[in-house]
Amino acid sequence: MIVLPVEKNTADNRSKLSKYLSKIVLYAVLLFLSFIVLAPVVWIIGSSLNPGNSLYGSTLIPKNPTLIHYKELFTKTNFVRWYLNTLKIATINMILSVIFTTITAYVFSRFKFKGKKVGLVSMLILQMFPSFLSMTAIYVLLMQIGLLNTHLGLILVYAGGQIPYNAWLVKGYFDGIPKSLDEAARIDGASNLTIFRKIILPVAKPIITFIALTQFTAPWMDYILPRLILRSADKKTLAMALYEMVTGQQNTKFTLFAAGSILVAIPITLLFIYLQKHIVEGLSAGATKS
Amino acid sequence: MKKSTKAALLSTVFMGLGQFYNREIIKGIIFSAFELIILIFTIPYFKHSIWGLITLGEKPLHFVNGIAQGDHSIILLIQGIISLLLIGLLIVIYIINIKDAKNTAELIERGEERRTFKEFLKYVWDKYFPMFMLTPTILAVTFVTLLPIIFTFCIAFTNYSSPYHLPPRSLVDWVGLKNFRNLVKLKIWSSTFFGVAKWTVVWAVLATITTYFGGLFLALLTNAKGIKFKRVWRSIFILPYAIPGFLSLLVMRLMFSGPGPINNLLVKFDIARISWLTDPTLAKIVILLVNMWLGSPYFMVLMSGILTNIPKDLYEAADIDGATNRQKFYKITLPMIFYQTAPYLILSFAYNFNNFNNIYLLTDGGPVNPAYKYAGHTDILVSWIYKLTLNQNQFHMAAVISIIIFFIVASISSYSFVKTKSFKEEDMI
Repeated sequence: MIVLPVEKNTADNRSKLSKYLSKIVLYAVLLFLSFIVLAPVVWIIGSSLNPGNSLYGSTLIPKNPTLIHYKELFTKTNFVRWYLNTLKIATINMILSVIFTTITAYVFSRFKFKGKKVGLVSMLILQMFPSFLSMTAIYVLLMQIGLLNTHLGLILVYAGGQIPYNAWLVKGYFDGIPKSLDEAARIDGASNLTIFRKIILPVAKPIITFIALTQFTAPWMDYILPRLILRSADKKTLAMALYEMVTGQQNTKFTLFAAGSILVAIPITLLFIYLQKHIVEGLSAGATKS
Repeated sequence: MKKSTKAALLSTVFMGLGQFYNREIIKGIIFSAFELIILIFTIPYFKHSIWGLITLGEKPLHFVNGIAQGDHSIILLIQGIISLLLIGLLIVIYIINIKDAKNTAELIERGEERRTFKEFLKYVWDKYFPMFMLTPTILAVTFVTLLPIIFTFCIAFTNYSSPYHLPPRSLVDWVGLKNFRNLVKLKIWSSTFFGVAKWTVVWAVLATITTYFGGLFLALLTNAKGIKFKRVWRSIFILPYAIPGFLSLLVMRLMFSGPGPINNLLVKFDIARISWLTDPTLAKIVILLVNMWLGSPYFMVLMSGILTNIPKDLYEAADIDGATNRQKFYKITLPMIFYQTAPYLILSFAYNFNNFNNIYLLTDGGPVNPAYKYAGHTDILVSWIYKLTLNQNQFHMAAVISIIIFFIVASISSYSFVKTKSFKEEDMI
């Protein structure tokens, strides 16, 4: 086991040389790991600049880089259409999910009613079911109510499906907000809905940001459900289109895929890094030991 | 007979009668109109769907004068389940109607003032506020989550599979426990199931441990004393977590492929190409390594937070007692991290147990294992279910395996969840 210098906080009597050496080792490890992390990223960026269809240039950065694939995305494919589709689905899903989840969590956190325990436990258990067979049922259900091949159908499945897990997460957070805040407002004559909007929601901003972020990014990464529900080419989402570019025998538009991936990954990655703090908070809200 | 009993009885006979008896005209009209509509318009529908649920159809697809006709077993099954759910809802409304008649009559018996309809609405809104707020959630969860689960449970007891029982060409029948028996008794199914299940558990354990310690290593490294540009290093290491996972996985698949860049590099150094993803053992190792690349940053982020929050006075106290750096690390830092991240180990195990993307996008479950039925060497249970469902149309066995996974994952996760704050602080009613 490597003993890391996190423990070396006091100036001990080791020689300067060994200190110097350990620092070199440390930086070497950091550089090596950074290389491993960055290599695939650099390679895919390089590939997107590679002329032709093949990804397999011999250098990380191609010799004669070109932006032609980015141009092709906009001129030869429906990239803009897919981008807008995904943006629309992601935004509506985010809003619906936040509304559904926070209201459910609020009720479970603040009210006592018959069937509360049953509701909580069944939400917990429902979200653990492996869902591929569910897809058949969802397909038939959407067909019955005429929502097959519509974005609305897809959004409803997303927003409905996320409730059990996320409501638990948010309920845990709401439980941590002192009930005395509600009671003080109630004495001032505030109604349930006012308390929810004016007191709970503002305090719970971090966890709501977390839910909003995860629900916004989910449609950008899901290539399974859209392929089931959406049929016509103009309704496609980005993940679905990118997936279809490189899987299957005939689909070998590797460089186009590389360019598309980068255009998808950049905003999502920046969003994640920008909201890092909230993510940590959201992750720890659900499972911290009391 | 007491008034309240009479009112309740009347409402049991026909919805709304009890309300009329209590001289609540508006409520009476609403309830009785509701029952009339149900009786007139929905009885034939319910009759048909219950028939469908029991028989799963009687005539497969056939043509009458060139027009396609026949029963589609799966649509009938789902319609049947929806009808059962709706009938359950109707029964609830029916009971509410009886209770309402009884309660109002009791109020009258006690000589209290009769509520106007408006007052009644306000009373109901206040009393049942939680229920009203939950209605959209209940509807959404019922149709998007519960209905599909009931459907899967039902399929496990049918013979819904290719090639002989695939609607609309042919019908599906109930077969009782036959699929469960076959999974144990038929050699090809049982050996696949146990083989895949074994790798699933090995995979989930190793994936959890490697990412956990990978994350720990990164967290300690980026928090080490004397390192400059900590933020920069951390931002680099967080990238695999921030980049959409399915894209990274597709990129990795291309990188490790036969003519991919990694092999090109080997060729440059005069080493033969290696079949990273087509050799069973190598493929498993590559999957674990790629998963470590993807998953370690998650633990790094978590543990960095914990590291910075360890109270400084713990270390100061240790200094006074003359503890060495090594002792402080093993007696303070590590235990603090282990203690606070223990629940995540279980969650991470449950997540990896069903980590479909990692397997499916990297190897498709391949290379093919001839000793397995419809599964490859690296397939885990969920990716096998996916293949059984979407590629092979073996819905009946996929359903059986789904149920088994469900019980495994549900028991593990319930155990860990019940121990969390969300649940413990709940004074259950």
